[in-house]
Amino acid sequence: MTQRLALVVMVGLLVNTAAILVLGSEQPPAQEEFIPIDQLPPEDQLPAAPLLITAYAIVWIVVFVYLWSIWRRLLVVEREVSELSRRADGDEESRS
Amino acid sequence: MNQRIFAGFLIVGVVMFAIAPVYIARAPYESTMGLIQKIFYFHVPAWFVMFSAVFISGIFSAVYLFKQKPVADRIAFAAAEIAVLFGVIGLITGPLWARKSWGVWWQWDARLTMALILEMIFCAYLLLRRYGGPGSDKLAAGLALFGLANVPFVYISVNVWRTIHPATSVVPQLAASAPGMFGPFVWCTISFFVLFFVMLMTRIRLEEQRAEVERLHLIVEKG
Repeated sequence: MTQRLALVVMVGLLVNTAAILVLGSEQPPAQEEFIPIDQLPPEDQLPAAPLLITAYAIVWIVVFVYLWSIWRRLLVVEREVSELSRRADGDEESRS
Repeated sequence: MNQRIFAGFLIVGVVMFAIAPVYIARAPYESTMGLIQKIFYFHVPAWFVMFSAVFISGIFSAVYLFKQKPVADRIAFAAAEIAVLFGVIGLITGPLWARKSWGVWWQWDARLTMALILEMIFCAYLLLRRYGGPGSDKLAAGLALFGLANVPFVYISVNVWRTIHPATSVVPQLAASAPGMFGPFVWCTISFFVLFFVMLMTRIRLEEQRAEVERLHLIVEKG
C-alpha cells in the first residue's frame, strides 16, 4: 500500500515537472526594458485617432442634445404659461 | 436677461466651440502621448465647468436652506443638472484618453473614484428632485452641500495620493512649459464657460417658467 502511494506521488511529481518544463519553455522571455510604442508589433499598437474622434463626437453630441432639450422643454412650458394666463384672464373678466 | 445679449452669448459660444477643433489640430503634439493627448483640450475644461456648476449649486442650496429663497433653489437645481452633464463629458473623455495612454479604461485611484462619487451625488440630487415628492427640495439642497464639500477633495486627491493621473500642477505651468498648447486650452476653456453661462441662464428661465405654471394653475383652480 505504501509502495503504491509512493509510486503515485512520484509519477505525479514527474508529470508536474514535465508540464512545468514544457509550458515554461513556451513562455516568451520576460520584458526587462521600456519598448517605444512604434516598435511594438501592429497588433499591440492601439490607434489614437478613433478614440480622439469618439471623445470629440461625444462632447459635441452631448452639448447640442442638451441645448436642444432645454430649448424644447422651455417651448412647452412657455406655451403652457400663455395658455394658463389666457384662462386666468378669462376667469377674471367673467367675474367682473 | 435681455434677449439680444443672450443671443449674442449663444452665438459666441457656438462659434468658439465650432472653431476649437481647428486650434486643437494646430496645437503641438505632446512628446510621449502624441495625438491622444489632444483630448486634454475638452476633458479639463469640462471638469472646470463641472466644478463651477457644483460650486454654484452648493452655494445657492445653502442660501435656499438658510434664507428660504425660491430663486436660490431654482439656480441650484439648474446648476446641478449642468454639473451632471459636464461630469458625464469628463467621465467619458477621461477613459478614452486613459485607454491609449495608460492601457486601461479605468483605474480605481483616489482622483477617478472621488470624481465618480461626485457625479453620483449630483445624479442622486436630480433623482431626488424628480421622484422625491414634497420636501425633496430641502433634502436635495443638503445633498448639493455635501457635493460641494467633496470638490476640494477631488481636486487635491491627485496631489495627496500620487497615482497614474497627472497632478494639478500641469495646467498652472502650461503657459511656461508648453505655450503652443496654452492658447488652444484657454480658447476651449472660455468656449466651455460661455456655453455653460448660456445653458445656466436658459435652465434658470425654464425653472422660472415652471414656477409660473404652478402659480397660474393655483389661480385657475381657485377661479
